[in-house]
Amino acid sequence: MPVTVKAIILTGFGINCDNETTQALRRAGADAARVHLNDLAANPELLHRAHILAIPGGFSFGDDIASGKILANRLRYRLGAPIRRFIADGKLIIGICNGFQVMVKMGILPFFDGEFVQETTLTNNDSSRFENRWVHLAANPDSPCVWTRGIARLELPIRHGEGKFIPRDEAVLRRLGDNGQIVVRYCRPDGAPARGAFPFNPNGAVDDIAGICDPSGRIFGMMPHPEAFVDFTNHPRWTRESLPEEGAGLQVFRNAVEYAERAL
Amino acid sequence: MADRIEVAILADRPDPAGQALRARLHEDLGITVADVRVIDVYAIHAALTPEELERVRVELFTDPIIQESAVNRSIARHYDFIIEVGFRPGVTDNVGRSSVEGIQDTLGRALAPGETVFKSRQYAVRGATRATCEAIARRALANDLIEQWVVNSAEEVAALRGGSLLGLPIVTERSEAVVHEVDLEIPDDALVAMSRDRMLALDLREMQAIQAYYRDPGVRAQREKAGLPPRPTDIELEILAQTWSEHCKHKIFNALIRYTDPDGNTHEIDSLFKTYVKATTEIVGKRVDWLMSVFHDNAGIIRFDENHLFALKAETHNSPSALDPYGGAMTGIVGVNRDILGAGMGCRCIFNTDVFCFASPFYDGEIPERLLHPRRVLRGVHAGVKDGGNQSGIPDINGAIVFHDRFLGKPLVFCGTGGLIPAVVAGRPSHIKQALPGDRIVMTGGRIGKDGIHGATFSSEELHEGSPATAVQIGDPITQKKMADFLMEARDFGLYNCITDNGAGGLSSSVGEMAQKPGGAVVHLDRAPLKYAGLAPWEIFLSEAQERMTLAVPPDKIEAFLDLARRREVEATVLGEFTDSGFLECFYEGRRIASLSMDFLHNGVPKMRLEAELAPAPPRPDIRVARADYTDDLKAVLASLNVCSKESFVRMYDHEVLAQSVLKEFQGVCHDGPGDAGVIKPVPDSWKGLAVACGICPKYSDLDAYAMMACAIDEAVRNLIAVGARMGTIAGLDNFCWPDPVQSEKTPDGRHKLAQLVRCCQALHEVCVAYDIPLISGKDSMKNDYKIGDTKISIPPTVLFTAVAVMDDVRRAVSMDVKRPGDLVYIVGETRAELGGSEWYAVLGETGGAAPQLHPRTARTRYEKLHAAIAAGLVASCHDCSDGGLAVALAESAFAGGLGMRLDLCPMGVGHDGVALFSESQSRFVVTVAPDRAAAFEAALAGAGAVRLGEVTNDDRFVIQGSAGVLVNATITELKDAWQRTLRW
Repeated sequence: MPVTVKAIILTGFGINCDNETTQALRRAGADAARVHLNDLAANPELLHRAHILAIPGGFSFGDDIASGKILANRLRYRLGAPIRRFIADGKLIIGICNGFQVMVKMGILPFFDGEFVQETTLTNNDSSRFENRWVHLAANPDSPCVWTRGIARLELPIRHGEGKFIPRDEAVLRRLGDNGQIVVRYCRPDGAPARGAFPFNPNGAVDDIAGICDPSGRIFGMMPHPEAFVDFTNHPRWTRESLPEEGAGLQVFRNAVEYAERAL
Repeated sequence: MADRIEVAILADRPDPAGQALRARLHEDLGITVADVRVIDVYAIHAALTPEELERVRVELFTDPIIQESAVNRSIARHYDFIIEVGFRPGVTDNVGRSSVEGIQDTLGRALAPGETVFKSRQYAVRGATRATCEAIARRALANDLIEQWVVNSAEEVAALRGGSLLGLPIVTERSEAVVHEVDLEIPDDALVAMSRDRMLALDLREMQAIQAYYRDPGVRAQREKAGLPPRPTDIELEILAQTWSEHCKHKIFNALIRYTDPDGNTHEIDSLFKTYVKATTEIVGKRVDWLMSVFHDNAGIIRFDENHLFALKAETHNSPSALDPYGGAMTGIVGVNRDILGAGMGCRCIFNTDVFCFASPFYDGEIPERLLHPRRVLRGVHAGVKDGGNQSGIPDINGAIVFHDRFLGKPLVFCGTGGLIPAVVAGRPSHIKQALPGDRIVMTGGRIGKDGIHGATFSSEELHEGSPATAVQIGDPITQKKMADFLMEARDFGLYNCITDNGAGGLSSSVGEMAQKPGGAVVHLDRAPLKYAGLAPWEIFLSEAQERMTLAVPPDKIEAFLDLARRREVEATVLGEFTDSGFLECFYEGRRIASLSMDFLHNGVPKMRLEAELAPAPPRPDIRVARADYTDDLKAVLASLNVCSKESFVRMYDHEVLAQSVLKEFQGVCHDGPGDAGVIKPVPDSWKGLAVACGICPKYSDLDAYAMMACAIDEAVRNLIAVGARMGTIAGLDNFCWPDPVQSEKTPDGRHKLAQLVRCCQALHEVCVAYDIPLISGKDSMKNDYKIGDTKISIPPTVLFTAVAVMDDVRRAVSMDVKRPGDLVYIVGETRAELGGSEWYAVLGETGGAAPQLHPRTARTRYEKLHAAIAAGLVASCHDCSDGGLAVALAESAFAGGLGMRLDLCPMGVGHDGVALFSESQSRFVVTVAPDRAAAFEAALAGAGAVRLGEVTNDDRFVIQGSAGVLVNATITELKDAWQRTLRW
């Protein structure tokens, strides 16, 4: 009998994709619960008992100062040690959209040397606009990321104004590449690289990067929203294409739950 | 004094915000500058040590990858002038508020009371003169009502040695916390003058009714006993003015109207609301079984499924949006969200809708005093709704942007919200609520400032010279989001008995209304949390500061309620308690300052008596334009403002948060065809859904107010039918926006405008009864005029009709894009010569012709048959024929599907090709059907006016034949480009 995989979905302060992220993890088989950041800070033991931590999308603190920045600091100051222990225990973290911004600014990603250091950023789209549009993604087959196992291509919505991924420098970009930490890239509908071309790469991200993971592949962040494609009817062309009833985004969560069942 | 941290993108990196601004200056103002760089400035008005400052600069304010920053030093380089824009004192500063939280986190200590951060922004401009920079500041960057700005040269900045360019916006103006008595024993003209000078917006009869109340010996005795003077206190007068405002009491809709109909017969209408609106719901309510709560709550509530109820409400925020488009529109959207949060025991917001009306953004005439250019209004309103909705995590799923010259006088900003609630909450039915005597009055959410004082009375007047800047507020979506999350938890724990929002009229309105059932309330105004010191007691009670809800919390739950609020970092304050005394009483520092009879407060307003008579309509000859080729006409209609694509605006709304999206605003092979109705499936693990659509037709108002209303209802309904909804499941919402319809010196055509309102209400009643649509909520805004000096601009009478339908299975929903080559193309519905007000005539500059007439009984039968065909899976695509007529609907369906069409309109039997192409007859659809289902489809639609016009082709040619040969011959790429180009911003 497989263990029950427990997932904690962070809420509070303007996070707003917590309900659907919880639903997605439940449908993937996890025992998923939304937990307010303050409750988690007051009782970090909750984190210790869980296997998966999700930092959902939203507008934490209104994106004021810079997207994800204030929440990143708050997590670092109030939950830094428990999160470090969570990672050391080999557990899984996903950050989606604003959650990815938080992880990057906190330094949970790319987590090169096991330290919270900001090596990359997510900033204003080249268009300087918030946009909601569906994008094509190509997953890197050489990535150790457990969340994208078995996924080659994926179509998901992006909904952000600050999604342009920028590494500190060439060395960081190379290191990300060498480690297989670049997990998903924006691409054209036929799978060819977007090479920065709008709207395929919707924000001007360096190297078309849409999501990265830590060297272990257990910590993953991405700008597009897998939790927003759980039913085929979420897809923008479901009325003209025949699609499986389950939305393709759900596989991301299934992968995590299966990994946790097996490994944790 | 304050320390200033300046933050900029590293000089060797592109600055997208600066680049976007540079492009906008060129596009909107025709100003070309060499370069603009944006610098964020945080003025830290707090005692931080140099080490602490450095710490927050590095850890909080600066992105180490792409930014640079400095403390008390200007970091702009290579510029001619810096424009700095910051808020005026007391204006909501969301970034400043978040910065305080960030600083406290970073330093691990709280800032002292009064310590704060002020956010401002610098634009370092190269290649422009001082005069140009001043024009940029005034015309693009700052709104003088809420913002201050300054332009400094590089030398001037250097001379400041890192000092502030702008003054700190600290609120220094203080009202004394004293209560004044007001003498009402004055002549009538002085009463009228007092109403105007104090912005009470009450007329003479209403002022006299108040005068009479205070003369009543019984009232005098009660006041003496309560320790109050015989004369009214200022706060009492303000409470009465707010409660009796047109905005809150809907006096025109409840007036006794002497109406002379077009045949010259005169009769009395006792309340348009009761006669036409409420009566509709009473009649239809006997035929449908899903109405739960209508008219008496913040929103109408219907049943969604066995376990869930659905609430719907739409509001307008026109006057504030005219003054400050961004802040006005944002408070509009977050305000209507609170209506839903305060509906029943508190619903979770699941979608927004937005409909805007503006003058042309390409308007090149004079802009009257105090008005903003329509382009700036459009950009500001859109940005406000975008930020308000996106930051709240509520998807925008349907809307429209409508253009008409006379919206120059006042833009219309309709914001709607739908919400869901479990049918049973904490063991009680969730649509019923009631405050009990003894329940604590709790205010939660934001704090009170001078923002929005007199909003309720202000929106009950036309825009004039004295319109107050304090009527403008900026929303704070994150404070509201925190509050909403907290209230959902408190609701599920059963911690309160009643909830309502603080909107127009603030606490005065929310407490006053909630106190009606228990029969009284006691409020201690000195206990209310303030943004800054120095508010008079009446200002505290009347302030419309945003993001606040009022609750009735029973004494045994108050500790649990306050504790949860603390843990969620949401402010909650006990201000008093509900009573059964029959009086609304206010105290300040222990002293009673107001005591008003609940009965007089809510029922004392005298009934208005008004006259209505339609002015004779000028003759409108119908000029039929006939051409050999209509291709250019079609392109021009596609490119016209009311038809063209609004995608660049809609893309900026989050329309998929909550992961319930089924049919999006833009559809088809490239996700860029215009959808008819938004469809969502709001409950996980259920295929049941909601379809939401809007109808709005101000273009018909001058021709025929009855037709304007009928067409708006039909537009919303056929949008729902087009996606697969069923008659009998549709609920409606009416939002009236009218120019002043009260005959007076300044409104010499008031009788006519009121008669238009009567006609409109008659249409509302007759069509909704024929369609079985109960009206579950609505709102009216009755003073949409601009008058300064001799310039008067009145909006065309406008009604937004929002319609929502519960769908049994969203998997049966149909989109508007054609699907496969070889599919057959049909028009469903009759086409008549109804070109009055049409987009084609607008393009041609023709003003003649008749408005479309609705035939609701025929339409209803057609809708039922079409629904049956869709439910049976016979329909590949369905698109409603609306603005621009048949030709536009055909073109949109074709290019959305990326396929051509070959069509012949002769089978329609319309004599005139222009009519066939562009007439805007109601209740029509373009439908495509796979060939193997054509027979079944035609059988299902027998007698409903389905005519086969041709087929979908596997190329990009769009060709229409008519009686005079080929009428239209174009590629779908050309047509799509024409449709997209106008507002590709």
